[in-house]
Amino acid sequence: MMSDDVDLGRRQLLTTATTLTGAVGAVFVATPFLASWKPSARAKALGAPVEIDIAKLEPGAMLKVEWRGKPVWILRRTPEMLASLKTATPLLADPDSNASDQPAYAKNSGRASNEEYFVVLGVCTHLGCSPASKFTPGDVTVSADWPGGFYCPCHGSKFDLAGRVFKGVPAPKNLVVPPYSFASPTRVVVGAEAQTA
Amino acid sequence: MASTEIDAVPQKGLYGWISARFPLDSILRDHLTEYYAPKNFNFWYYFGALSIVVLAIQLITGIFLTMNYKPSAADAFASVEYIMRDVEWGWLIRYMHSTGASAFFIVVYLHMFRALMYGSYRAPRELLWILGMVIYLALMAEAFMGYLLPWGNMSFWGAQVIVNLFSTIPFVGDSLVEWIRGDYYISDITLNRFFALHVIALPLILVFLVIAHILALHEVGSNNPDGIEIKKVKDASGRPLDGIAFHPYYTVKDTFGLGVFLIIFCGIVFFAPSFGGLFLEPPNFDPANPMQTPPHIAPVWYFTPFYAMLRAVPSFAGTQVWGVIVMFSAIALLFFLPWLDKSPVKSIRYKGPITKFMLGVFAVSFVVLAVCGMKPPQGIYPLLSRIFTVTYFLFFLLMPWYSRIDSTKTVPSRVTYHDHEH
Repeated sequence: MMSDDVDLGRRQLLTTATTLTGAVGAVFVATPFLASWKPSARAKALGAPVEIDIAKLEPGAMLKVEWRGKPVWILRRTPEMLASLKTATPLLADPDSNASDQPAYAKNSGRASNEEYFVVLGVCTHLGCSPASKFTPGDVTVSADWPGGFYCPCHGSKFDLAGRVFKGVPAPKNLVVPPYSFASPTRVVVGAEAQTA
Repeated sequence: MASTEIDAVPQKGLYGWISARFPLDSILRDHLTEYYAPKNFNFWYYFGALSIVVLAIQLITGIFLTMNYKPSAADAFASVEYIMRDVEWGWLIRYMHSTGASAFFIVVYLHMFRALMYGSYRAPRELLWILGMVIYLALMAEAFMGYLLPWGNMSFWGAQVIVNLFSTIPFVGDSLVEWIRGDYYISDITLNRFFALHVIALPLILVFLVIAHILALHEVGSNNPDGIEIKKVKDASGRPLDGIAFHPYYTVKDTFGLGVFLIIFCGIVFFAPSFGGLFLEPPNFDPANPMQTPPHIAPVWYFTPFYAMLRAVPSFAGTQVWGVIVMFSAIALLFFLPWLDKSPVKSIRYKGPITKFMLGVFAVSFVVLAVCGMKPPQGIYPLLSRIFTVTYFLFFLLMPWYSRIDSTKTVPSRVTYHDHEH
């Protein structure tokens, strides 16, 4: 037999408790679905470091390799190219790479652990396009005072031959230098820091 | 308008048998034969019905495309070529789908502009407008994810640019982008999940939203070019004097509009399916190549106004999140229209010169931005993008002011309607 007296406070408490328990359950159930979107074990394995032979890279030439689906550039800079970094400096937004992303060993004017070999992700820091190589100083397709560097065709961002971004372009930072090391003088490993022995 | 009366004579046959078990009769009455729409609908009122037709075209052609399409980075591009070359009539089904995508945005933009002109977003239709805006958002997501599926080079780089928009969000941006892609770049994994969202999740959401949009419309009743509530003047039986039954009057009118639409639609499908690179972009005839950005990246035309705004804003304080904020605000502001418009009248017919001018400014801004978004960011285009981004925003941000001070004309109590003998 049911009483006509309804304990509304008890009913409210039970309703609230049930709702909260259900909500907690919903969060737990949602977790595996949301987590399934993270990079899978296979995707992580395929993102492992890559080793590149640079023995045949001539001065002034650039090698493009793929690491984690992104273009990595290895540019062997000539003395003229290295000199152009100084003439470019007044045009740059972050010449000392203070607000940019690179390993500590690449936070210098050449943005490289070995000045001659410039290793960088060929991905514009604006929205991820791959900038084009415009190494010739004064290239008319860029501008008359162009010191040589990289030009992003998507939104017009400019970078010098150390991947440093110019002032007044959409890209906010210098090109990203990935972690890399030299396994031997002619072999670069992209994606792995040097073993500190 | 839920009809509670019970028919005196029980219906016979199959229709009667169903009616006794399912509210078919009342659904038909509430939404067709006794849904009273204003009698003064004009040209602009074709586009709601047409968007439903285009949705149907996209659903049907989409189902048939999935029968031959393979959602993997290795097979996707080749499977689209297979559909185009080897599948019987596959080219037609695919061109209907690709043209349908652009047609969808054309009719939806005209449908939205109609609402802007005649104040269809004003009370009591705020929720109807918001549901419509959510449909627009879902449609943009649907179109964006669909564009990745052919796995052409523009598919790849377009997705790269748009997904990377989220990386500008402070602190969580990079991990959020990794979560969206499921990889360190736009890969097979990304393609596979975009396929799932494009063919199952978003179409389901779209269909539910469209049903909610129509239910909301039939609850509050249709607006009209005069912006008058026809429910205010009713005859003895409670029918709006200026209303006519949706069926047969507007089903016939919309069928005529459909005929004209289909002639144009088929013309494009058969004679200009890429529409000069606007509907299908040339770089997408090359397969996706993560190592090679196309010389000029532009989204499909229906996204270019917002893309132009994104590019118009320079980065500062070490981040380019500002352009992203401006771009999303441009869409977010539309949601607030019902509360930005303070005018005592709804329709442009009775609004003053300032409002008409500002609506013109808005339309011109949208078109100029659309053109700027297609062009490389050089020459006059960055400047034009900046100017018209500002004017686009002024339309919304100044509206509470100019809609209040602008002069208005007297709104008649009944809709203006001229029959065709005059």
